[in-house]
Parts: sequence; C-alpha cells; structure tokens
Amino acid sequence: MSALFAIARRDLAQNFAGSGWLLPLIFFLLVATLFPFAIGSDPTILGRVGGGVLWTAALLAALLPIDRLIAPDRDAGILDQYAVRGISEEVVAIGKIAAHWIGFGPPLMLAALPASVLLGMDAASLWQLELGLALGSLGLAALAVTVSALVAGLPGAGALAGLLMLPLAVPILIFGAGALDEFQQGAFALLGASALLLLAIAPFATGAAIRAMRE
Amino acid sequence: MSAALTLTALGCVRGDRTLFTGLDLALEAGGAALVTGPNGAGKTSLLRLIAGLLPVHAGSITIEGTIAFAGEHAALDRELPLERALAYWVRLDGRDAGAISTALGRMALTDLADVPVRMLSTGQSKRAALARVIAGGADIWLLDEPGNGLDIDARTRLETAIAEHRADGGIVIAATHQPLAIPDAAPIEIGNGA
Repeated sequence: MSALFAIARRDLAQNFAGSGWLLPLIFFLLVATLFPFAIGSDPTILGRVGGGVLWTAALLAALLPIDRLIAPDRDAGILDQYAVRGISEEVVAIGKIAAHWIGFGPPLMLAALPASVLLGMDAASLWQLELGLALGSLGLAALAVTVSALVAGLPGAGALAGLLMLPLAVPILIFGAGALDEFQQGAFALLGASALLLLAIAPFATGAAIRAMRE
Repeated sequence: MSAALTLTALGCVRGDRTLFTGLDLALEAGGAALVTGPNGAGKTSLLRLIAGLLPVHAGSITIEGTIAFAGEHAALDRELPLERALAYWVRLDGRDAGAISTALGRMALTDLADVPVRMLSTGQSKRAALARVIAGGADIWLLDEPGNGLDIDARTRLETAIAEHRADGGIVIAATHQPLAIPDAAPIEIGNGA
C-alpha cells in the first residue's frame, strides 16, 4: 500500500514539475477557440455542436501524454527496480493511473469552463459536461496508461498509440456526448459503465504489457 | 542476515537462441560469484533471471533474502538532485535517511548530493547506482558490470563495499569484463564452447 502511494506521488510530482499536465489542457482550449473560427459564431449552431466538439477535444487531448507515461520509466530501469522489490506490475499500474488522472481529469474539467463559454453552451449542458468529464476522464486516463504500456519501446509508438487508443475510447465519446442530449436518458449511466470497465481492465492489461516488454 | 541462493540446472533461452544450460550454483551467507564470458553470452540475462525480471524456463532458482539489482541503468530520476533521487528508493526499501548519507560517503559522492542526476558523468552515475544498492540494505546484490566507467579509487571503493557486504552476511553476484577483486568468488563462466 505504501508502495502504491509512493509511486503515485512520484508520478504526480514529475507530472507537475515537468508541466506535462498543461499540454492536454492547452490543446483542449485551443480546439474550443478554433471551432468558432471554423464554423462561424452563430450561437444556435455552436450551442448544438459545442458539447460534441469538447468531447472530441478531450479524447484527442488524452492522447498527448501517452509517450511519457510508461516509456521513460521503462528506459530508465525504474520499472525493473519496482519488480526487483517485489512490487507487482498491477500495483505500479494503479499508482500510475491514479497519478495520471489527477493531472489530467481535474485540469480538463477546469478548462471546460472557459471552453463552454467560447462555444456558447448553456449552464445545464455545462453541468452535464463537467459530470461526464469527471467520469469519462477516469476511463480515458486508465486507457492512456494501458496504451502507453502496450506501445512503449515500439518504433512509431506515437502514431500507433493513436490507432490503438481512439477506437477503444469511442464508447466514452458516444455516451459522453450523448449524455448532453436530454433525449438520451441512459447515456450517462452507460458513460459511467464504459469508464469503469476501462478502469477495471487497465491495471491487468498494463501489468501484462509491462511484463511482456521485458522479454 | 540469513541470505542464501541456489541455482539448479538453470537454463536461459532468449528468442530461439539457447544462451546457457545446466548452470548450478549454491551460495551461502557471505558468498560471492563472479560471472564472466564474452559479449552476448548471457551474463546480463543470468542476473535478470535471478532478479526475477525474466521468466525461468529451465531449472530452478531458490532465494532467501531481499535482492538489489544494479543493471545497465542507474534508475534515478534525472531531474532530481542525487540525494533526493536516492531517497525515493531508500524510502521504498524502508530504510532511514541515514542510509543515504552513509552510502554517498562510501561511494565518494557526498559532494555531489545536490547535483541533478542528469549532470553526472558515466562513472558518477555508475557510482550513484552502487550507492542505491548499498543504501537499500538488501541481502543479495546483483551487479551488472559494476566496474564500468569507474576510476581506480572508485573501483577500490566498490571492492571494499562488496567485501563489507559479504562480511555482514550478504551475497554478491557480479557480472564483469573488468578485473574485480572479489576473494574466493565462485567463478561462473558462460558462453564458452556452448
């Protein structure tokens, strides 16, 4: 348990020291800024597509940190040192997912505030979006760590990560954006279910991937 | 410490290449082994097998005691000052801060305690990795090329540290190309004539 805490704390400290958490946030805000330029500033159109745009932006923003979640620790021998100490790969994965979510989810929810204004979303949609992001970012963070472990050390890891992650994140996108639509009652529950499913699988998939990369 | 290590008919296959087979070794507390052999013979693989980083496909390994592994990488956070980077592992190993300053002193790194790890030279980071092993207080040391990049003074310090660790009842297995004075170390030669 103390190992889990130590791992999460180290990853979190590195994330904030290296300003890694800023990158997805800036990307997210940039998309929200660019969109009105591209489709015009008509508030009815923006209000209709705004939620979907922000969910797509969140999905793409989740891709940005992938290259620094697992690969640097693998290359520096850190992951081997955990294993030698008898700390299981699954515990390492849980620590990394927790640290990554803290540096990814809350900043994204914060960025959604100005972004929703830029896209002219109303208060009710914003509230739904924030709730959705809180849940969805859990799934996205778990998926990002898993994919990061799967592609670590492979040539062209960045491009491969996108191809692997985006299809797996589609349920989050569909139900997250769906939850903003008042006529899709079950979407929010399904968003929660898909996020928790990703969260439940991630430690085992990540652990197996870390073990496999030693071979 | 009551460390012990036994390898029975240990074999190592990497990809479809057999690196070595039928390796036997028994070390009691205070024992040491020196692994030698040409490049690519499987010295590092042997250490990684013992460290539990590679799955054992042939033979068996029994270990009593905790393991410290100093491999190719120092495994220290590059952006942190040396002392804080060491502190991360020392805390995970459940040792107090005194172990860090002792280990730094043993490897003549006390003056570099506040220097970021990325500024260390090759030999200095090798010494830092050895300081991590010393500070960790594990029973069994697995050292992969511990003498690489070390100057004469540092190599003497390494030999002293190994001798003291064995005197405390620890076990040392070192894989090396360099001459390393480890008295009465069991010689393990792999890769020759295989």
